[in-house]
Amino acid sequence: MELLRVSGLKKYFPVSKKFASAPLVLKAVDGISLSVDEDKVFALVGESGCGKSTVARIVLRLMPPTAGDIVFEGKNIFELKGDSLKKFRRSVQIVFQDPFASLNPRKTVFDTIAEPLKIHKIADKKDMRDRCVELLKKVGLGAEAMKRYPHEFSGGQRQRICIARALSVNPRLIVADEPLSALDVSIQAQILNLLQELKKETKIAFLFISHDLKVVHYFSDIVGVMYLGKIVEHAKTEDLFEDPLHPYTEILLSSAPKIKSDRFSIQRKAPSSKLQTPNSRFGPHSGGFAEENESSKETKLITITGEVPSPINMPSGCPFHPRCPRRFEPCDKRVPVLKQVQDQEAKGRLVACHLWNPW
Amino acid sequence: MRLIGVISKRFIRNRLAFIGAVIVAFMIAIAILAPYIAPYDPTAIDVHNVLSPPGKAHLLGTDELGRDVLARMIWGSRVSLKVGFVAVGIAILIGIIVGSIAGFYGRKIDAVFMRFVDIMLAFPTFFLILAVIAILEPSIFTIMIVIGVTGWMDVARLVRAECLTLKERDFVIAARALGASDIRLIFRHILPNALSPVFVAATFGVAGAILIESGLSFLGLGVQPPNPSWGNILTAGKDNIEVAWWLSVYPGLAILITVLSYNLVGEGLRDALDPRLWDVEI
Repeated sequence: MELLRVSGLKKYFPVSKKFASAPLVLKAVDGISLSVDEDKVFALVGESGCGKSTVARIVLRLMPPTAGDIVFEGKNIFELKGDSLKKFRRSVQIVFQDPFASLNPRKTVFDTIAEPLKIHKIADKKDMRDRCVELLKKVGLGAEAMKRYPHEFSGGQRQRICIARALSVNPRLIVADEPLSALDVSIQAQILNLLQELKKETKIAFLFISHDLKVVHYFSDIVGVMYLGKIVEHAKTEDLFEDPLHPYTEILLSSAPKIKSDRFSIQRKAPSSKLQTPNSRFGPHSGGFAEENESSKETKLITITGEVPSPINMPSGCPFHPRCPRRFEPCDKRVPVLKQVQDQEAKGRLVACHLWNPW
Repeated sequence: MRLIGVISKRFIRNRLAFIGAVIVAFMIAIAILAPYIAPYDPTAIDVHNVLSPPGKAHLLGTDELGRDVLARMIWGSRVSLKVGFVAVGIAILIGIIVGSIAGFYGRKIDAVFMRFVDIMLAFPTFFLILAVIAILEPSIFTIMIVIGVTGWMDVARLVRAECLTLKERDFVIAARALGASDIRLIFRHILPNALSPVFVAATFGVAGAILIESGLSFLGLGVQPPNPSWGNILTAGKDNIEVAWWLSVYPGLAILITVLSYNLVGEGLRDALDPRLWDVEI
């Protein structure tokens, strides 16, 4: 069942208003749509600055959007007031990237975890301690942690406390904004396992924001790849990792560090007959971004050139075209729309790329 | 709270600040114990001992009406202390309210409040106080209130600046996502983390208030004779400076040392409360 539906979400930030000139706007999020089903993990992937965290904050109703709607449990969240807003606050929680900044340094762990219980009057004073112990146990911490202050804990432990705080209200959706990227790799694995257990036990849905593809591959059910405020590819996790369609996704996957060279090797079956590009530029083997490697069957590291364009001064046409190794004639003129890929309807794959969606 | 342990350790290690704190504590003790330790009634006139120099009977001499200077200074320290603390208390209260509302709500409210602060800062405070006291009756209460009401702008700016950064911090956003009300966010999450610069400003503020009170009393617009205050002892000293140096020197020293001590404590606090050092050590 659908829990959260985001449609046409836009967030523009005004940058400056100079006298007698058009005000500049930064398009942090530029018309994205997604939906998170109950008990599922939707991963939002993209490089830093592409607007992932802005989406998170808008979904939590911490920031008004410029345009677009967000429907949670059948209700538009921007119309909620009073009790229904309180109910929404109980249903959606957030876990942040930096566990050092997301806990109030002046509050003990008990105060931090008990606060939501007080706000929502979930437990009375007697039960609060028990509930707190229970929550700490759930995230793998002992009861003795309650009296201590955040600075006495390590990053991983703090992240566990943050998760316990998020769980305290029994949410239905947790927005996890890069919850692992500030942690050491070994700790990342622990926290990821914790999240995985929670997902199994509690049926909480996740909107999981990350730039770590390995984590996304392991944890998520559906992936949305974001580039400059837009979702450029939307697919089931297995499909996306097996056969990335958008050139940007392909580059992201190829640049993820691998242990074995054939680990994420991309065996793609490009529907070359339906493409508008000449086959020489778009061979059946993914390694062949550079034309000279066309015959090579091995996945090579596809390097990306250039910088991310400024979201203030977006390139014309497809926002990715200045860096795209496969750009062709229409790319700098028309903006591609996120659409079903013609021969992949069954899988429900969406791509915003002229290669796949001839106009 | 272990944080307090860390802060006090750091503070005590700062020798100058520690000395300042000891003097401040000493001054507070004197002010509280004034009725018990003052050797004479501070208003008792002794016409046989007018302007007698420091000696056995009068440790710091007597003034032009034969009143004991030490007794007057001890009672006068009460005035300084009261004015210092109450005035700063008022200033902090107003400053925190204005600053946190401006910083938390931002935009138009912020702009209006901060322009008001700018206007207040544009007045030369001392002359504003003089003008207000010229209209109102000069008394210790008017002084406290007037100093407080004209001295909150720095605190407001500090609190606003802290609010602006704190309200974007993840833990405040997390609390907001949990449904915390604005009041809870301000009082439970933002203010407790914004107070350390306020403490520092308050300590400097006490020193400033003591100076202003002395100045006003010196000009005859503060504490009215026969009630003693360091400022009005100095007034008497000014008239008799050629024959009775002790009337000027001792209250002057008292003001100097007290103000200096508060400033040292303030600086020590500023260093000890520096949040960048909290995570270190322990």
